[in-house]
Amino acid sequence: MKTFIRLFAVLLAGAASLPASAALKVLATTPDWGALTTELGGDKVNVYVATTALQDVHRVEAKPSLVARARSADLVVATGAELEVGWLPVLLQEAGNPRVQPGQPGYFEAASALKLLEVPTKLDRAMGDIHPLGNPHVQLDPRNIQAVAHALTARLAQIDPAQAAFYAARGKDFDARWDAAIKGWEAKAAPLRGKPVVIMHRDQVYLCHWLGLAEVASIEPKPGVPPTAAYLGALVGKLTATPAKLILLNAYNDPKAANWLSERVHTPDVVLPFSVGGSDRARDLFGLFDDTVDKLLAALK
Amino acid sequence: MRTLRIVVASMTLATLPVLASAADDVAALRAEMQALKSDYNARVEALEARIQQLETANAATADATLAAAATPEPPPAAPATSSASAFNPAISLILGGSYTRTSRNPADWQIAGFVPAGDEIGPGERSFNLGESELTFSANIDPYFAGTLTAAITADNEIEVEEAFFRTTALRGGLSVKGGRFFSGVGYLNEVHAHAWDFVDQPLVYQAMFGGQYRQNGVQVKWLAPTDLFLEFGAETGNGDNFPGTRLEDNGLNGATLFAHVGGDIGDYTSWRAGASWLTLNAEDRPGGIPGADGASAFDSFSGDSDTWVVDGVLKWAPSPRRQLKVQGEYMRRKEQGTYVFDPAGVAALANYRNTQSGWYLQSVYQFAPRWRVGLRYDSLDSGGALYTPAAIDPPIDFGLPPDALHPERVSLMLDWNPSEFSRLRAQYDWDDARDDGDSPMDGDGVLRLQYIYGMGAHGAHKY
Repeated sequence: MKTFIRLFAVLLAGAASLPASAALKVLATTPDWGALTTELGGDKVNVYVATTALQDVHRVEAKPSLVARARSADLVVATGAELEVGWLPVLLQEAGNPRVQPGQPGYFEAASALKLLEVPTKLDRAMGDIHPLGNPHVQLDPRNIQAVAHALTARLAQIDPAQAAFYAARGKDFDARWDAAIKGWEAKAAPLRGKPVVIMHRDQVYLCHWLGLAEVASIEPKPGVPPTAAYLGALVGKLTATPAKLILLNAYNDPKAANWLSERVHTPDVVLPFSVGGSDRARDLFGLFDDTVDKLLAALK
Repeated sequence: MRTLRIVVASMTLATLPVLASAADDVAALRAEMQALKSDYNARVEALEARIQQLETANAATADATLAAAATPEPPPAAPATSSASAFNPAISLILGGSYTRTSRNPADWQIAGFVPAGDEIGPGERSFNLGESELTFSANIDPYFAGTLTAAITADNEIEVEEAFFRTTALRGGLSVKGGRFFSGVGYLNEVHAHAWDFVDQPLVYQAMFGGQYRQNGVQVKWLAPTDLFLEFGAETGNGDNFPGTRLEDNGLNGATLFAHVGGDIGDYTSWRAGASWLTLNAEDRPGGIPGADGASAFDSFSGDSDTWVVDGVLKWAPSPRRQLKVQGEYMRRKEQGTYVFDPAGVAALANYRNTQSGWYLQSVYQFAPRWRVGLRYDSLDSGGALYTPAAIDPPIDFGLPPDALHPERVSLMLDWNPSEFSRLRAQYDWDDARDDGDSPMDGDGVLRLQYIYGMGAHGAHKY
């Protein structure tokens, strides 16, 4: 018992004596929001990203390392729309940090700056993994990134008013560069407009929406439900009759079903980075879209 | 329509001079016409102005629509926020049940050398068994507190309050306070609800030391250190009314719990948590206890101190969203010292009692495909050799040498299939030598259980 109390005291003293860092501590739930916060905050923010591009953000656990980061965070940047519903509430509950609770300035949801697609009119889990507030996989439309950037710039200025001018300047700079980049991508991706594609999961919907790709089928019969052999068989029939140009996959997806389908219907499948870090080129947000557009165009040839 | 009327009116006006033929009336008519003309002119002008106004407005709207269409994603009418902001508490309901087949009669199942309290131990009855239906309500109470109630509706048509607690949400500095009835923060598995267990039941050591899970009726204070390494410290106290403690006959609190957890990541794919906990309790006339050397348990009761140490560790490796390996283990050691009442024939005899009991488990669960998991668990206990010495009371009992320690063991193999996040079907086979009458677990009871667990309502939490 005495040993235990002594250990307790030593750990307590050690923990309390740690110095606080000057930069704003940000916990971002996905690499994309992490990259965006870094774009906007530069060296005034210290960003920790909770997940990698190779994880399914929906199925993450409230790991001890994340609880520790949420404890000291000044700002939590989440997607919202219940994408992180399985772990972020637990994380915030365990963190003992009132500044980053929902409703506080230290809690930012990207979805609050966006109009979501696919808001269901009927809620029933028999329909698979549906999101009551709409499709939360918003990052693959760069115009969404821009809208979130505006809101996030304002939020950074709100919680760190001393650096408001700095954030505003960075925000403006990013906005200009991003605008130019969007024009570039859109011009480059013009040949993709109207091309029929097969998607894997509903997390590619915003990409299709932006580039004007026509989604003709989905490998998942229902969101989050893996395909059965019979369903894939029917899909082969459908795609043989009305062929698609591409099958879209994300870096974190299991490629098996898509590869199989690709061979059967002689349609190329293309693995997209999906998130910052999802491919070698997708090192930041610009790289994410450069790589996505280039991969789509290359696969179309 | 109005335009049409104006045209008709103008045509009528144009025919007026023809109708007016009398010379005398010319001047009068002229004047009248002039009046009409100016009147109509005024009206036509007014109407034209209105038309122009409407056209401008239409054009403006059209422009606005075009502009909106050109803008990528129009700003939202209503911002999307968490649905937890609804006033009704989040409700979730868990349904569970199992089919059990045992090779020996489960009625004589016991953990040799340990007689814990509580009825949530053992493999349960044979054949089909309805499990506990668990109903959870939770919500923020106000800006300062949140509350949770978990009620279990048992197969015997009873409602049991599994947890009912408030917790603070606005304390700063990593502090949080919980009060009410809640699963204590000791160990790793103690806080985990039954539907989230990786096996059908708790490890033997939890059953033997806490009768399943240690539930605190009291308060808990937790502090999370402001470090990148996860460092958490907690302390609890309460009325002690859970095995191995009992409620005391005074106004004070019974017992205290201290725990510390540390955790972090190793690379991108591996995470871990380790902990140490200490629980001290008093018992007054706690029924049950060490059975005699013959293994049979007379009605006994224990009064005294019970101190338990728990050391726990868990490691998770998740190289892809579809594969995960989880290894966890816990070791517990309980020291009890006090007096023991033997009441074999209605004549209470008192003895001084001292014993140290321990146990551990090690388990591993591997998710080898998106929906499939397989698990293996080993349980081992040491009942300790209880030392009884005669107390200064009649009639004296001659105890002789302490009985040999007993070593219950069990091996469990589990396979489960998870069609979605909300459903789980599981098969588990135990080689169960909790009775310690075989040479190895393989000689023991063969227990097969098939289980279902379904979750409805609010999305469950992915607790670590």
